[in-house]
Amino acid sequence: MKGAALEVEICLLAGKIMLQSGAETYRVEDTMIRMSNSLGLNGSHSYVTPTGIVFQPGEALPAKLIRIEERTTNLHKVSAVNDISRKLSSETISSEEAHQLLIQIDSSKNAYPLALQVAAAAIASGCFTIMFRGSLTDFIPGVLCGGLGFISYILLNQVFKIKFFAEFTASFLIGIMAILLVRVGVGVTMDKIIIGSVMPLVPGLLITNAVRDLMAGHLVSGLSRGAEAFLTAFAIGAGIAVVFSIL
Amino acid sequence: MVITLHLITSFIASGAFGIIFNAPKRTLLHCGIVGMLGWIAYIVLDFRMEAIFSTVAATFIVGVISQLFAKLFKKPVIIFSVSGIIPLVPGGLAYDAMRNFVVNEYNVAIQLAAQAFLISGSIAIGLVMSEVLNQLLHKIPLKMPIWKAKKLPK
Repeated sequence: MKGAALEVEICLLAGKIMLQSGAETYRVEDTMIRMSNSLGLNGSHSYVTPTGIVFQPGEALPAKLIRIEERTTNLHKVSAVNDISRKLSSETISSEEAHQLLIQIDSSKNAYPLALQVAAAAIASGCFTIMFRGSLTDFIPGVLCGGLGFISYILLNQVFKIKFFAEFTASFLIGIMAILLVRVGVGVTMDKIIIGSVMPLVPGLLITNAVRDLMAGHLVSGLSRGAEAFLTAFAIGAGIAVVFSIL
Repeated sequence: MVITLHLITSFIASGAFGIIFNAPKRTLLHCGIVGMLGWIAYIVLDFRMEAIFSTVAATFIVGVISQLFAKLFKKPVIIFSVSGIIPLVPGGLAYDAMRNFVVNEYNVAIQLAAQAFLISGSIAIGLVMSEVLNQLLHKIPLKMPIWKAKKLPK
């Protein structure tokens, strides 16, 4: 049992990557326990909250704690860690290989370049504008507002590191832009343009994860994710509200 | 015609959300399909049903297809289901609620906010129901005595 440092490291790293990339709490716990079982650490326990992981490897070793400060949505990483967990339990890779792969995944960046993500957000906004029964001419204003909102959210989040402020400002800018476009005459239905454009910022993943965690019995994680989702929704709403009250 | 437009836009929007959420490249197409089917189910049902019922049904469909894709491609369910439910999130209602709060129409605003809350809840119910169905399909065949009896003669 003394040489279990690598095995413990693998489990913790896998849990950390998954939690930072937006996996559900129960999936993180489940994957960590599966990995530790296939690595020979039987009787492990892991306790996961959105802000930290406590892991008890086996019965004789001391427990370890990891603090999680940043959480984004990166499904690519979740899927990659899932693959490694599968390979470990079917014993197609050794623990050293798994460790190397996990370090690679941890240091890898987003699966797509920023420009492509902004373009995707812009096009999605335009499509949502039409889906929410806006007129066809609102597609272009939707694309413009959505792209502006998403890129300002990403850049502000990088500079100030305060999610609430970034979301608030992004939705504020969306509101201003939409009103301007409608006044100029490019857009027709301002409401639909704004709703479509804020969709890339809406905390859809957080809401689902929150409820799933609650139903799975992870009450602490569920409530804290719910609080995060509420805060995000409030930031977006407040940004739009400010636009309406000043114009 | 309207349905075709909705099919195309919801497919593109859900696929684009796959890119925003950094979903693996090979799954983007499937994210789009899940989102498209969920949204079309919602649109069709919404003509004659309550919004809450159609949301539960649409999310259930999204969940079932996501579970299916997850089995087929050996990926976590969350990759497919997240892009699929995004169009169903009550962004419009939440927006209307907020707008009414700002102009001091609190009664209307509270009504809209309550509706948005219920619809978020029904998204969760739809997803949970699809998971229950998935677990039932896994567990029942193994435990049913009829199935075991059939296998014995071998």
